[in-house]
Amino acid sequence: MKQFRWRLWFILALTAAAIAVNLIPKYTLKTGLDLQGGTHLLLQADMDNIDPADRNTALESVKQVISRRVDLYGVSEPIIQTSQFQNTYRLIVELPGVKDVNQAISLIGQTAQLDFREDQTATAGATTLVFQPTGLTGKDLKKAAVSFGQSGNTTGQPVVSLEFTQEGSQKFAEITQRNVNKPVAIFLDNQLITNPIVNEPILSGQAVISGNFTTDSASQLAIQLNAGALPVPIKIIEQKNISATLGSDSVRKSVIAGSIGLGLVALFMILLYGVNGFLADIALVIYGLITLAIYKLIPVTLTLPGIAGFILTIGMAVDSNILIFERLKEEVRAGRPFSIALELAFGRAWDSIKDANVATIITSLVLINPLNFNWLNTSGLVRGFAITLFIGVIISLFTGIIVTRTLMRLFLSHSHTSKV
Amino acid sequence: MKYKILYFAFSLLFILPGSYFLIRFGLNPSVDFTGGSLIEFQVNASLAELRPVIEAQTPVASLQQSADSFVLKTKEITQEENQALQAKISSQFGEVKEKRFATIGPTLGKELIKKTLVGILLAAGFILSYVAYRFHDKKYGICAILAMLHDSLIMLGVFSFLGVYFKVEVDALFVTALLTILSFSVHDTIVVYDRIRESQKLFPKLSYYDLVNKAVTETLGRSLNNSLTIIFMLLALYLLGGDTTKWFVFALLIGTVSGTYSSTFTAAPLLVLWEDLKQHQHHTSKV
Repeated sequence: MKQFRWRLWFILALTAAAIAVNLIPKYTLKTGLDLQGGTHLLLQADMDNIDPADRNTALESVKQVISRRVDLYGVSEPIIQTSQFQNTYRLIVELPGVKDVNQAISLIGQTAQLDFREDQTATAGATTLVFQPTGLTGKDLKKAAVSFGQSGNTTGQPVVSLEFTQEGSQKFAEITQRNVNKPVAIFLDNQLITNPIVNEPILSGQAVISGNFTTDSASQLAIQLNAGALPVPIKIIEQKNISATLGSDSVRKSVIAGSIGLGLVALFMILLYGVNGFLADIALVIYGLITLAIYKLIPVTLTLPGIAGFILTIGMAVDSNILIFERLKEEVRAGRPFSIALELAFGRAWDSIKDANVATIITSLVLINPLNFNWLNTSGLVRGFAITLFIGVIISLFTGIIVTRTLMRLFLSHSHTSKV
Repeated sequence: MKYKILYFAFSLLFILPGSYFLIRFGLNPSVDFTGGSLIEFQVNASLAELRPVIEAQTPVASLQQSADSFVLKTKEITQEENQALQAKISSQFGEVKEKRFATIGPTLGKELIKKTLVGILLAAGFILSYVAYRFHDKKYGICAILAMLHDSLIMLGVFSFLGVYFKVEVDALFVTALLTILSFSVHDTIVVYDRIRESQKLFPKLSYYDLVNKAVTETLGRSLNNSLTIIFMLLALYLLGGDTTKWFVFALLIGTVSGTYSSTFTAAPLLVLWEDLKQHQHHTSKV
């Protein structure tokens, strides 16, 4: 019985925590463009330097680079599509619920063309340095990351560390060998950001860009370098807030309809299974609270497909309970005393519940594609759905079995003591 | 299980015409997949009022509102159709000022479909192995996946039919509905199979035929009850919910009904059929 007590307190504590998380305004539920709307950006690509035959491909690759950037920035499920009219080549970028729109804009807007140049000043002792391109550019980067300076006057400051590809490392080694005790300049979009003096040849293929970065601007540059430079310069010509793609009027109606549906389910459970049904309903409410709290904490961006996944898991949570109750009915009908019937029902039902839920877990894991295999989904939409499904199934397993079981045992012990 | 031919026939009643439609006409892809036109305009009306007027002229992929204008994304339309649409709107709501008219590219590429398909096949493979392992016989795994296939074919067939006669489009939401139903179908089927497995342990003397019969009868009540809870939810959403999600909910409804039906009347009879064929093979090889 002690174990039972412990479980009860655990459930109460968890529920209280869930309620708390749900009430704290800091944790809001992030919803996608389809439910909430967001920021609508219109970008225009400058195709002057591109051959007309290649312009469509150039626009496509702008779209891909920006998709990568937005993805790396952590915005889930944006809508990015090309938009053309006669001679204008544009890109529409819609971002749901971005906290700092200006940062998103500067992330997207910058071309991010990185290149390394060496000092070719003809005259020694000249005050302005003349730099020549070396052929080492952002294309030779394997990875860029934010870190904090380890030595000298950059200690503790945000810097961007670079790792070159094999070919890039080779080029970099040669450049640094040629320029010992001379500066090597790093240019971003044709603007000098830093020109450190080379102390010794760097053969490791790693470099650090330092210079007046904030943590934000450093991570922004890292994202841009990782996503790739834009093939053409772009300009943001319009920015505004946009309403939900599904229509805010529509969403409101659906929320009401959903609540009615849930109410019907709760009623149905009580009608079918009496008190047990009511206990299952309580378990369902706890399930909803915990799942919502987890969605807010992670945070998961909820879109309509995500909600579909959530509804499915509610169905499955209810199913687990129904399985147990039907089993219970059978055992009682077979003449077994209630408390034993209860334990047997849980035990027998657990097998099928486990198998059925494992199947769903397998499906959602494959769709989430946690290892980022390229031949599996990497897009937001299906992944978002799969993540909500996965979380929902795990939690429903917990509430459906443990919570209902504990509640029923509680009820059982009470009804026994009241009989005495 | 006496009537299993009937059950299969009933299923085929839906699957065959559905597949015909699917092969002949395919599905009607929405702007998400094909790209289309974008019109940004200003007019003195509310979002809710505008939507039906526009929908009478052209299918609406999305209608959004910003501070000073409406952004409409729809199928690719010509400049004439654009003017006609604006004339229709202005006849109801007064002057329409067009700010922008452009062609937009797709938001979901073909790779989404391809990769999701790969994902489903992979998941189906895993589930098949898992079920076969847990039930100690590969027929369970295979029949479960066949039942899943049955449900997807029905869904796809229905929507192909709807696409031809009601111009219903298949969009990203439909893809998710399909995935949801696959999970649900397998879930339901496994519960029925589990009952069969348990009955096998308790009554090893019973013939397989009677075993399946018994198990199915016992789980019928529970299967129906469970599906009813989900159907209640979905019905409420369908009848009372917003217009934009109607077809999505409808897809889920069809899938749920089909999934429930398939667990009892397709997945189980398939097992019996399998056993029958195996016995038959066994007998003929003996002779």
